[in-house]
Amino acid sequence: MRRTHTAVGAASAAVVVLGLSACSGGARADDGTLIVTDTLSDTSAPVYQEVYDACAAEVGMKVQANHVAGSGLIATVLQQASSDTLPDVLMLDNPDVQQIASSGALSPLTDYGIPGDGFPQGVVDAGTYDGDLYGIAPVVNTVGLFYDVDALAEAGIEPPTTWDELRAAAEALTTDGRYGLAFSAANTFEGTWQFLPYLWSNGADEDDLTSPQAVEALSFVNGLVQDGYASSSVVNWTQNDVNDQFIAGKAAMMVNGPWNMPALEAAEGLDYAAVPLPVPEAGDTLEAPLGGEAFTVPRTGNPEKMAKAGDFVACVTRGEHQLAMATGRGAVPSDTEVAAEAAAENPVVATFVDTVQTARSRTALLGPDWPGAATQIYTAQQLALTGSEPPAEALERATEH
Amino acid sequence: MTTTLAGPAPVVAPGRGADRRRSRARMRERTAQWLFLVPAIAYVLVFFGYPIVKNLVMGSQDYTVRTFVSGEAPWVGLDNYVEVVTSGLFRTTVLNTALFTIGSIVGQFVIGLLFALFFKRRFPLGNVLRSLLLLPWLLPMIAGTAVWKWILDQDGGVLNEALGTIGIAPVHWLTSPDVALVAVVLVNVWVGIPFNMTLLYSGLQNIPDELYEAGALDGATGAKAFWHITWPNLRPVVSVVLVLGVIYTLKVLDIILGLTGGGPANATQTLATDSYRRSFQEFSFGTGAAVSNILIVVSLLFAVVYLRVNKRAVDE
Repeated sequence: MRRTHTAVGAASAAVVVLGLSACSGGARADDGTLIVTDTLSDTSAPVYQEVYDACAAEVGMKVQANHVAGSGLIATVLQQASSDTLPDVLMLDNPDVQQIASSGALSPLTDYGIPGDGFPQGVVDAGTYDGDLYGIAPVVNTVGLFYDVDALAEAGIEPPTTWDELRAAAEALTTDGRYGLAFSAANTFEGTWQFLPYLWSNGADEDDLTSPQAVEALSFVNGLVQDGYASSSVVNWTQNDVNDQFIAGKAAMMVNGPWNMPALEAAEGLDYAAVPLPVPEAGDTLEAPLGGEAFTVPRTGNPEKMAKAGDFVACVTRGEHQLAMATGRGAVPSDTEVAAEAAAENPVVATFVDTVQTARSRTALLGPDWPGAATQIYTAQQLALTGSEPPAEALERATEH
Repeated sequence: MTTTLAGPAPVVAPGRGADRRRSRARMRERTAQWLFLVPAIAYVLVFFGYPIVKNLVMGSQDYTVRTFVSGEAPWVGLDNYVEVVTSGLFRTTVLNTALFTIGSIVGQFVIGLLFALFFKRRFPLGNVLRSLLLLPWLLPMIAGTAVWKWILDQDGGVLNEALGTIGIAPVHWLTSPDVALVAVVLVNVWVGIPFNMTLLYSGLQNIPDELYEAGALDGATGAKAFWHITWPNLRPVVSVVLVLGVIYTLKVLDIILGLTGGGPANATQTLATDSYRRSFQEFSFGTGAAVSNILIVVSLLFAVVYLRVNKRAVDE
């Protein structure tokens, strides 16, 4: 209780401490070593390390990777930017690329001959700021509909493909002690991310959140909760919580991403499969958000090393390395051809490969202004799903300020 | 000290050497004094002065991610404050902050006082139990909130299961905007009880037993003894506990972030969480700093109250 003075006071103090430690311990590595900062977990780091080593050898450098927790990455990057200690290669979550690029901390990848050919439009959009490509994601992800194969067989229903079918399936699968569907509608960007497929597939955009299409999308999701086919706890669930609910058998279907596959495989007695998220009407195009971390080359003031870093990024993001990284972390190779290869091996992956082809970058429309819209979206969803406001008023109120 | 000051010329003029020696000794003393002060001053400047001044300045700047690279933070005067105060969220956060603080303080204080009174009676294992009650204070807050989140889960959480056995329908502790603030206050009360109990207990220890013995002779026992002996003697400690409690509660961030993240539908969004959200989710460091400056001013008011109360307590 007595640890901090105020939120930001503490943060500033932390920045001071970080600053000091950066000065003392920030001895820049020698010119022959590329420093990579990424957000890999202990399980996926070894897979990437192999790729890093291969690519470092290719460009004639050594490589040293520092792993930072995803939640703390931006703070670290900002601190490094202000103290001039940015790494040679920086991994950023794709919706953050424009934000950081707009600050001037990154260099365009086109300088190093990386035009972004062969990548889906969403991947290129996510890495582009002001017409220049700053980041490229070798592997990507999105959300889909996972389901319990036995539960659906028992109820005698097929995996849903439209909103009506999803609703009917959720209703039929809801039993005592089990909800039909689980998803995350948390008051964080995770809640926004999971709502976007409904919003976008229904023809609504994040710059006009009070449109009839947006209201319709929110009404649909809201209906699932109000009618009891999904728990009202969805407003407090992270995507990890959702996965736990699904594995525990408390939900027959869930909206989630391919990164859960290792955990789902490990769950005993669970026969699961995945299909693309249902669309409003049969024949509509699914527009899901594109996830994944992009590699960028920060401006470190050392042109020779930046050029090496550019070659390194070109190598890491090349098709031949994508498959290993994708399998290692439960993701989809972003190169269309390699993705097809991955899809042929695993039907669950195939689902996400399909969705990724039409997936949309969250920052394509609003660029660095995206966080503001993302906050409005999760706020509206929270207002509606908790019963505080009807969907139309919820969107109205969330976009007021 | 006055003896070393230059007075009227002494009758016997001391040698110049003696004079010089004395002034050198004085210099050395001065230097030593400063050397003792330097670490404290440096600490205060680096860890309190700089962050607070930086935060005040930041509150009047358009401080974004761009600033970290270019170093440019255009001065915007009071624009950030205007934006914060006129936003639809401001009324909610202020009200939530007030309700959260008042609810937490009342709960912590009353329960803490009851425990303190309880443990004042000596009984076997009393000290062991009292130290066990300190646990919430020792537990890392994030671990504590994770467990509470599980206890308060609406479907299958321990609390709702227990309530279910006596026929109470599941309460949506963390997912209903009407109840979430109550749930968060509940957890914060749990965290704050040890602090209140410990200080009040030591306050109780300082009340001489003779007062109670004398009071008992005059017929003051039980509740009467509490109102006429315990309470007046405990008052200085009570004021300090309450004021410190308010300051600590105003800025609570980790408990709320861990339990609800400010939701559902901003039902538990306080000034502290709003400042965090603006700064570290939307990267609008200027408005985030403005919110926390408002919080600093409110805390400062209570800090002044604390200093005055404390002074009175010492004087008494």
